[in-house]
This record gives sequence, C-alpha cells and structure tokens, in this order.
Amino acid sequence: MSPDLLSFDHPLTRLVVGLLCVFAFVGLNGLVLVWVERKVAGHVQLRPGPLHVGPYGLLQPIVDAVKLVGKQLAMPAGADKYLYWAAPLLAFAPVTVCFLPLPFDPDLAPMRLNIGLVLILAFSGLGVLSLILAGWGSNNKWGLLGAARAVAQSVAYEVPLLLAVMSVAITAGSLDLYEITGKQGGWPWQWYGVQNPLAFFIFLVCAVAETNRAPFDLPEAESELTAGFHTEYSGMGFGLFFLAEYANMIVVSGVAAALFLGGWQGPFMSGILWFLVKVYAILLLMIWMRWTYPRVRFDQLLNLSWKWLTPLAIIDLALVVIIKGIGG
Amino acid sequence: MSVSELFEEARTGLKSLFVGLGITGKAFCQPQVTVIYPKEEVDNLSTFRGHVELVGKEDDPSVPRCVACGACVKACPSDCLTILCPVPAKEGQEDAPVVMGPAPQKGSKTPGAVIVDFSLCSLCGQCAKTCPVDSLRFSDNPYMVALDRKEFRIDLMARLKRQAEEE
Ligand code: SF4
Ligand code: SF4
Repeated sequence: MSPDLLSFDHPLTRLVVGLLCVFAFVGLNGLVLVWVERKVAGHVQLRPGPLHVGPYGLLQPIVDAVKLVGKQLAMPAGADKYLYWAAPLLAFAPVTVCFLPLPFDPDLAPMRLNIGLVLILAFSGLGVLSLILAGWGSNNKWGLLGAARAVAQSVAYEVPLLLAVMSVAITAGSLDLYEITGKQGGWPWQWYGVQNPLAFFIFLVCAVAETNRAPFDLPEAESELTAGFHTEYSGMGFGLFFLAEYANMIVVSGVAAALFLGGWQGPFMSGILWFLVKVYAILLLMIWMRWTYPRVRFDQLLNLSWKWLTPLAIIDLALVVIIKGIGG
Repeated sequence: MSVSELFEEARTGLKSLFVGLGITGKAFCQPQVTVIYPKEEVDNLSTFRGHVELVGKEDDPSVPRCVACGACVKACPSDCLTILCPVPAKEGQEDAPVVMGPAPQKGSKTPGAVIVDFSLCSLCGQCAKTCPVDSLRFSDNPYMVALDRKEFRIDLMARLKRQAEEE
C-alpha cells in the first residue's frame, strides 16, 4: 500500500514541502547575501557600505527588491519573445532543484538520492542554457557575446569540476551526498578537503567560474560588454538572474561543504549549524575574492582551465584511483 | 617557454593571489575613512584645495604681496585669472580718473583688482607655482554654493580685506 498523499512519507508531499522550504531559504539567503556582499565591498574599500535604510542598512536589500519589482519589464524590439522571457525563469528554476539532494542535517535532507551528485551537476548545467537563451533572445550584440563567453567558460570549467568531484565520489564510493558526508568525520583531518586538498582547490576555482563570479564574470563583464547576457533585462527579469547567481553560489558552497568539509559533522554538536557555518565560510571566501581580484582576460580564463586545472584534476583522479586500488 | 618557467610563473601567480587576499583582508579590518557628510564633517581642511586666494603682506595683511607681474595670468591654462592694475597717468594728466589695464603695466607694482573665475578653474595650481612672490595659495573653503555661475567670479582683493578685518 502506498503511503497517504497527505502524510509526510509520500515522496510527492516531501518534494512539495522541500521545494517550498528551498524557495524560502533561497529568497532569504539572497537578501542576506546581497547585504553581506555590499558590506564586505564597502569595508574592503574603507567605506561603510549601505547605512541609511534600517540599522546598519539591513533593510537595503528589501528596498532594492521593491525597486526591482516596481520597474517596468521591457523587451527590445526584434527580440525572440519566448526565449527572452524563458531565460530568467530557466536561470532560477533548476537551481532550486539542486537544493533538494543537499544534506543540511542528518534528519534534514529534502530528498535522499543515490545519484544526488549527478542530479546537481546535471541541473546546474542547465543554468548555462539560460544564459545562452538570454543572450540569443535579446537581439543585442553584447548579449550574444556574453552568451558565447558563457558557453566557452562553462564547457571549460565543467571538465575539471567533474573530475574533482569524481575523485571524492570514488574515495567515498558513493554519489549520494548524504552518504559522502556520513563517511567523513567531525574533525578537519577526517574531511576529504583536507585529505585531498588539490581536488578541493580545483573544485573551489571551478565553482567560482561556474557561478560566473568575479574574477570569472566574463559573461556579464560590465566594462567590455555593458552587462553581457543580461544587458536588456530590467526589473525582475534582471532580479531573477541576480537571485539565481546567489542561489547558485549557495548550492556550490553547500556541495563543497558536503563533499570536502564534512557537511553537518562537527567535532561536537553535529547538526545543521555546522553545515551552515561551513557554507557561509565558503560564501564569504567567494565574496572576498570578488572584491580582491580583477577580471581575467578570456584567453587567461581558458588557459587556466585547459592548461592547469584539467591536467591537475586528471592526475589527482588517477592518484585517488591508485590509492583506492591499493587500499582495496 | 620552458616547463620550469611555466611552473615558476604559476607559483608566483598563485602567490600573488594570496597576497591580494591578504591586502583586502587587512583593509576589511581597518576602520573606514569615508565620512557620512551631512552627519559628520571633517575639521582638518588644511590639505583641501579650494579656489585660489591672495596672501597678504606680513606687515599689512590687507594688502597682497602681489607685484602685478601677470605671470599667473599667463600660466593659467583655463584663463580664469584677471589682474588689473592702474595705468600710470600721462604727464600733465595726474588728476584724471584712474584707468585700469591688464597686468603687467609699466611702473605699476600693485594690482588694482584680482578676480578668479572659479567656474573655469581646474585647480591645477599652476598660478600658485608660477607666482614669484608666493602671493597665491589655495583657500580651504569647501562649502561653495551658488545659483548662478556669475557668483563664482570672486574678487580676491575684497576677500583679502575681509579676512584681514576678521583677524
Ligand atoms: S589653479 Fe590653475 S586653473 Fe585655477 S586659477 Fe590657478 S592656474 Fe588657473
Ligand atoms: S604671479 Fe603673483 S605677483 Fe605676479 S601677478 Fe600673479 S599673483 Fe601677482
């Protein structure tokens, strides 16, 4: 007998509840991260950052969101109507799915899948499709160039990313994020990130590139391409791309925390708190990097991936396989 | 490029990334220097560059050191300085009204009027640098507001007199 649709055991119910929680989580985190980003940027540049709206400018992101919602949604003449509007939705929708296999806590994993890792990698690849559609559909040269860059960048960095993830999956012998987390311990030397720092490093670099964050923000590159793929988007069209970027950051940080930093496990009091601490530490690192490094040139970007990260990731993977083979 | 050079480049590159993070990380922890203007004001204006002003003589601060040589007018790239000095009267016409002419005028050692048009000034400092008697300097007047461009034509002689009286 299949479980009742209204009971929490039914997979569909779990999915719906999980998705709702994910939406709330993404929205809330988007607001927090916008604020953190602007504060960090301000302090790095020895200025205060947002200050006037609410205490410490805490209400600033909400005001920003209201402003974005209030703006007119415009579409350039000659744009492909369906592709143009599908792009921001497509940017946002797959990211939410990526949250489902993330294990936040031993008791809080919205969906336990034995192929969770594959699901995340597959759906995060869809994000690039949205950039292509946005750039192509906008009927705008900058948009198109941004889209072309997005494809080249994504293809280049997906390879070392997958290799780095694979070495961890082979070490753990599983593709289930829950299980991979469980195989690590609470102390740092029990984490895969410490045991295999090269894979962790490659993953971090690729994660920044895959989320199109500076110094790899070439698809939008405001100094060369005005705003790249989202040049033509106004109001919430732009807002969704923006939110998707933050959601993407949270997903890759979550994956990094689960794969390399022992997820919810801590030396004491294991639980969601540790997971969030690790996720936010990685997010902060990404924000810190954004306000430190200048944007790379496109050939440098491709060189880094093909000449360094991919070979290194292959060597790392080979070593992992050999060690695993010797160890049985 | 040889392999060892390649690795050396990668090593220095990687190191520079961490150095960069260190610099911004340090800046992050330092106190901010931006002043939230209407709420706070800076009191140290000694390094501020406002429009130029005249420097008074030591024994009589209401009279400028200026010798009306006209060098500053020539040096100014933006053409914002006007220095007029009295044209020496011709013989037999000593009691005729004083006529002003552009500096320098033969025999004239004092300016009759020094006017700066601040709406043109680029604050380059050429005038102050050229002046042979150090008669020009930057004022520290940051709060200049006006409704009309004409109000930025500042009579520096009158300003110097006012400053001398206030002291
Ligand atoms: S500062 Fe430069 S532009 Fe201004 S009055 Fe002097 S020479 Fe002219
Ligand atoms: S350069 Fe100096 S002395 Fe000569 S006219 Fe200008 S202010 Fe007067």
